[in-house]
Amino acid sequence: MRNLFAFLAGGLFGAGLLVAGMVDTTKVQGWLDVFGNWDPTLAFVMGGAVLPMIVVWRIAARRERSLLDLPMPQDFPKLVDRNLVLGSLMFGAGWGLVGLCPGPAIGALGFGGWQVALFVLAMCAGMAVAPLARRGLDQLDAENDV
Amino acid sequence: MHQDWIWGAVGGLMIGAAAALYLLANGRVLGASGILGGLIDRSGRNSTVERLSFLAGLIAIPPLLVPLYAVVDTHVTSNPVLLIVAGLLVGIGTRLANGCTSGHGVCGMSRFSLRGFVATVFYLLGGGLMLVLARHVLEVI
Repeated sequence: MRNLFAFLAGGLFGAGLLVAGMVDTTKVQGWLDVFGNWDPTLAFVMGGAVLPMIVVWRIAARRERSLLDLPMPQDFPKLVDRNLVLGSLMFGAGWGLVGLCPGPAIGALGFGGWQVALFVLAMCAGMAVAPLARRGLDQLDAENDV
Repeated sequence: MHQDWIWGAVGGLMIGAAAALYLLANGRVLGASGILGGLIDRSGRNSTVERLSFLAGLIAIPPLLVPLYAVVDTHVTSNPVLLIVAGLLVGIGTRLANGCTSGHGVCGMSRFSLRGFVATVFYLLGGGLMLVLARHVLEVI
């Protein structure tokens, strides 16, 4: 059941990304290009997703276990640190350069040609070396005694 | 153009519904980079099949809907250097930050998480700066 619902959530997520036009890199880059022909679609997508989730988090907060009797998420990290800021800047830079973020890139694998496949491959490689990057940054911090 | 906004909001609601389903049924935060990244660095080895099932749905369902449209074009660049550099940046960046547009953006901001808002500000900033640099200054995209 747990895996069936994970499949359904992934499918609905992908369908939403397609319907919203988020698999179209011109829409994403159009949103980021404030000095060009600015496209506000992404704000409507984000708003459409965030507003119902505000209510859902309130429902979730009242539950000890999920509908499938699994533990609810808890102990969210609260620390705003260098990795959060630096990582988000790096992610944004890559997102702006090509117009794909992880969800739409994976969702477009089935119809996006070799270009999307190459992007996802590079993204996986980046994810594989990320723990090394994290350790390297921590080491720099230790050496500089920050 | 206005139709794009309406479909954007409809698609956004579907994304919100998917996040709601994953949270309420599976007790999980829907974050694309975390679900994939946890498989790659093995930090999610206790939920491998659940993660694979999510990714299977995400990969399998959109192509089934593509025929409903006259054209679905990603308009993605065919420059392999740009694709590789951007993919590496997105891969490393989302794992350092522990989230992307879905985890920090959709799920983080909706529970008023400070980390979600900070991440969103900085990935928008990084994206905007890179776009201006690459398109209007260097003119490579």
